Amino acid sequence: MDRTEIINLQDKSRHIRRLIIDEIGKLGVGHVGGSLSVVEALVVLYYKEMNINPAEPKMEGRDRFVLSKGHAGPAVYAVLADRGYFDVKELETLNKPETMLPSHCDMLKTPGIDMTAGSLGQGISCSVGMAKASKIKKDNVYIYCIVGDGESQEGQVWEAAMAAAHFKLNNLIAFSDNNRMQIDGNTDDVISVAPLEEKWTSFGWNVQSIDGHDIEAIYNAIEKAKTSVDKPSMIILNTIKGKGVSFIEAMGAANHSMPVSEEDRIRALEELK
Amino acid sequence: MYENKEMRQVFGSILEEMMEKDERIVVIDADLAKANGTIKLRDKFPERAFDVGIAEANAASIAAGMAAYGFIPFVTTFTPFATRRMCDQIAISITYAKRNVKIVGTDPGISAELNGGTHMSMEDIGVLRSIPEIVIFEPVDNMQLAQAMQQLVDYDGPVYIRMFRKSVPAVFGEDYKFDLFKADLLREGKDVSLFATGIMVTEALKAADMLKAEGIAAEVINIHTIKPIDREAVLKSVKKTGAAVTCENHNVVGGLKSAVAEILVEEYPVPMKAIGVQDHFGEVAKIDYLKKKYHMTAEDIVAAAKEAISKKR
Repeated sequence: MDRTEIINLQDKSRHIRRLIIDEIGKLGVGHVGGSLSVVEALVVLYYKEMNINPAEPKMEGRDRFVLSKGHAGPAVYAVLADRGYFDVKELETLNKPETMLPSHCDMLKTPGIDMTAGSLGQGISCSVGMAKASKIKKDNVYIYCIVGDGESQEGQVWEAAMAAAHFKLNNLIAFSDNNRMQIDGNTDDVISVAPLEEKWTSFGWNVQSIDGHDIEAIYNAIEKAKTSVDKPSMIILNTIKGKGVSFIEAMGAANHSMPVSEEDRIRALEELK
Repeated sequence: MYENKEMRQVFGSILEEMMEKDERIVVIDADLAKANGTIKLRDKFPERAFDVGIAEANAASIAAGMAAYGFIPFVTTFTPFATRRMCDQIAISITYAKRNVKIVGTDPGISAELNGGTHMSMEDIGVLRSIPEIVIFEPVDNMQLAQAMQQLVDYDGPVYIRMFRKSVPAVFGEDYKFDLFKADLLREGKDVSLFATGIMVTEALKAADMLKAEGIAAEVINIHTIKPIDREAVLKSVKKTGAAVTCENHNVVGGLKSAVAEILVEEYPVPMKAIGVQDHFGEVAKIDYLKKKYHMTAEDIVAAAKEAISKKR
């Protein structure tokens, strides 16, 4: 990945953050923190890595993405809109009656959403199912999935981890959004999921731990994951909840779901110029 | 043609035939493939029939993921694990997301016998019945199960199949025609309607014979699909008989009794009694012993039918 491309994707990430702030700001409340922490991963996936076609969201043989931490829906919607799956204006309907953009991802409502998620722990299992399905079809598809670090407190995540390694699903590339926060506080204070690296390694996965806001590092990690012969891959994204907007970052765990006033919105957009 | 066969054998062999023709069908077990008659499918379909181990929640969501990829998964385990254990996964990954997954729970209610109270799902129908849009089907015999299989696959949505595992008496012959959404009128009568499901259907038929000997004409209807229940069949029968008894191998809370009562209360109230597990847990014992202890025999149905009739206004 050359310098220009990195800069372009960094600019794109800033643009996506602006869309997220606008989207949630115009509603006045939403899952800001966890949406801002996954932006770079989504940008690398949707603008660089994934074999997708916005004009044909259900294209045969496309790569799949499952947002297991379904509450970061607003981040995915911003990316999908910007990629042309639907009009950017739709973002203004987030969580409003009859919207196609509900708080948590819904495959029946939104073009480009491959799996419904929201009840934590389930999306990673669904990704295992998709990766298994792709192996049966032999269609060379990659399944990408983002799990929350707090979400990893769900036992089902580890059932999925065991199964993926057992089935040798090297076409499954998952990310753990390690922003170290959840609704009730710091993950280390609520119920520590550490050490994440060792846990996933011991479950039989290829594990990489990187700066989750570093475009080049994310790209390199995915490329490396693609070379895995017989193991699923976990890329631990060390991130900051609320990344990109200083006053939101400073809120800590309180930014999980937060009110965004018109003043906040303008202030945040100013910082993201 | 299915005589002397256990239901799991019929299930396994028809599934095998269907998997040969339809590459979309996959089978996901959770360490009960030997018990459920699905293990031999792995010889022929090593990729499409597999085990996820003792991890039912994972099995359900994996099935949903495969369904999102165009496959039609059958997830098989015992009824308590197929419902209580994977309830949220059935609700969200499968049903909310409208995935074409068939969940097969075996050993319903007291048929768990020597596995005892922990394995007796007295509540599985109730657990799932309040989830919108899911279909709940309980085959009464081998012939019905055999005919149902293709319709279950063709129905594009989640179905819970509440299946007895071992041998059950035949209710239907070769001339039977199954419809997933239509109840079976097994015996016509004018005095009382016996609505039964699963292993209680044969008890209801016996009860109808006993009532007949006393000059009481009981109508027997097999409610194989408890959700969506065939409202028309229920109403048509009670409008004729004016009294009802429900017979189920399940708690009388949340199951067939509730489903029938919901219709009658809204549309056409008649005196009604319920045979089933009277809101308690199960215990280790053979079916026949438990049927007696829990007042789920033909004699109990006869007494309930007379009581319902006596309350007609």
